[in-house]
Amino acid sequence: MSSPILSLRGINKSFGPVNVLKGVDFDTYAGKVTALVGDNGAGKSTLIKCIAGIYTPEAGDFLFEGQKVEINGPRDATELGIEIVYQDLALCDNLDIVHNMFLGREQKKGPVLNETSMEALARKTLDGLSVRTVKSIRQTVASLSGGQRQTVAIARAVLWNSKVVILDEPTAALGVAQTEQVLNLVRRLADNGLAVVLISHNLNDVFEVADNIAALYLGQMAAQVEKKDVKPQQVIELITTGKSAGVSGVNA
Amino acid sequence: MSTEIIHESPTLKGAASDYWSRVKAGDIGALPAILGLVALCAIFGAMSDVFLTPGNFANLLTQAAAVIVIAMGLVFVLLLGEIDLSAGYAAGVSGAVLVILITNHQFAWYIAFPISIMVGALLGFVLGSLVARIGIPSFVVTLAAFLAFQGLLLLLAGEGGTIRIEDKTILAVENSNLSPLLSWVFFIVVAVAYVGTGLNRLNTRRRAGLKTELVKLWVIKTSSLLVITGGAVFALTVERSNNPQLVSLKGIPYVVPLILFLLAVGTFVLGRTAFGRHIYAVGGNAEAARRAGINVKRVRISAFVICSSLAAVAGMIFASRQNSISPTTGGSSTLLYAVGAAVIGGTSLFGGKGKMRDAILGGLVVAVIDNGMGLLGYAAGIKFIVTGLVLLVSAGVDAVSRRGSSVS
Repeated sequence: MSSPILSLRGINKSFGPVNVLKGVDFDTYAGKVTALVGDNGAGKSTLIKCIAGIYTPEAGDFLFEGQKVEINGPRDATELGIEIVYQDLALCDNLDIVHNMFLGREQKKGPVLNETSMEALARKTLDGLSVRTVKSIRQTVASLSGGQRQTVAIARAVLWNSKVVILDEPTAALGVAQTEQVLNLVRRLADNGLAVVLISHNLNDVFEVADNIAALYLGQMAAQVEKKDVKPQQVIELITTGKSAGVSGVNA
Repeated sequence: MSTEIIHESPTLKGAASDYWSRVKAGDIGALPAILGLVALCAIFGAMSDVFLTPGNFANLLTQAAAVIVIAMGLVFVLLLGEIDLSAGYAAGVSGAVLVILITNHQFAWYIAFPISIMVGALLGFVLGSLVARIGIPSFVVTLAAFLAFQGLLLLLAGEGGTIRIEDKTILAVENSNLSPLLSWVFFIVVAVAYVGTGLNRLNTRRRAGLKTELVKLWVIKTSSLLVITGGAVFALTVERSNNPQLVSLKGIPYVVPLILFLLAVGTFVLGRTAFGRHIYAVGGNAEAARRAGINVKRVRISAFVICSSLAAVAGMIFASRQNSISPTTGGSSTLLYAVGAAVIGGTSLFGGKGKMRDAILGGLVVAVIDNGMGLLGYAAGIKFIVTGLVLLVSAGVDAVSRRGSSVS
């Protein structure tokens, strides 16, 4: 396997006396979907918040494209090209799709917003992701379905030439057809060369799109393995007991 | 100038169905206020011989001016989902500062007026800081300020209670008119600028290969706006004095260009700048705005500063209209009329939806009710009840359309 774009080594994070992450190693690869699975409280959210710069770990290294980097705040993560799509999406219902995609990072011509260039770039990004379900990119987000909102949130994350996109439970609130749409989109992101991290509780989703699977168990990385080497039953064992016969506990 | 969201609609029928889907999504737009205005004018015109005369029309505009300007400021605060109940007395206090500087301290108007606006901005900064930094609900902060500013005005006005102003420039704003020739020149300049901006936008979008607003619809909207405003200018250039030999009254009142200037600047700021976009974003979803890197506190404070600064402009208009300021300037029904104006015009009380033009449309509706019922001889009590009911209906429409927009 090619070398990872983003590697975490020995990440430790505690909240007071509670040691949430205990020496976690985690790798993401360009062009691959890495699923991050684990039971509630296993430390998935804490781990991605460390990557996002929201939490600073007490120990451990971040390696980005082989170089050691510091992530001390959300801005550092953004500058490296790491974008996170949170579960509650953080969209403004009263603004249209273009406005939402550029929120906080508007393109300007002098003091004036450059609507035409923003709209053209938004259109291009959505086309690049083969999004065909949105009728007009000038409709307000309030009029979109759950799947379309997820699409807009993901498109916003990839608009900035980002290299790593982390998706927190993107299909949790969606119906069957919309889940399928979003999973296809996740696959296309990786096919376009991005490193995608998919956090999910749904093993069907994980086995449908992921290339490799990282299972957290009580703050430790039980295993990070390639999907083709494991069966769903083994992943369930990793999530619930932290080990599984035939799966080694080291990174693949 | 307008920043309406452009929808792909190849036909007028498509445009109509787009409008309907926007209504269902909770965006009713300006149509109800326009229809209401037309209906009210028709009713009062039929019942009163005086209502539709040029003299009354000019009167209506100068009556509505101060409330419209306060409502324009309120739009910024309402867009955030906040409220400013003290804007009326902020106008009174700033107006009092203006009049005291000119009358008691012989300041020139062009020095006193900016100072009075700075006083307004300072009041707004205090309100905004209390709301954004300490986190007191704006309803409580501005209710307290409503009382405190009233007291401040009482202290400023002093023992006599009323301070007269005799500065010619300030008095001219509400009491003098552009000459008929200048009125037409003004109309043509504004019309050319408006049409030019619209054409420019259509062209830019077409060159960039983006879908444009239906040209036919744009032509219909723009030409009907020009015909209506042209008719209004014509009506205002007719002699409206009872005794033209003694004193001639014709032309656009000076306050109208002032309001149109504020409309143009406000619309530009809200629709075309990042700051305006951030106001809508904070009003729509403050948490999303914060995560997008927007300084939410600064946006909140700025909105209150803008609101109170515009109230200071309204204070000048009050001083001009009343030839003085008194402890009741900006009090009584002023603030409620201004909130009513913004909401009747289509600005949502829940934040995130509204435009500068709402203040003008709604302000005219409020002024027409006030003026028309006055002409028909109804008591002030009846006028208040009717205006209150119209406000309730608008707020009801706002609440219902918002419910329709919540995503299933």
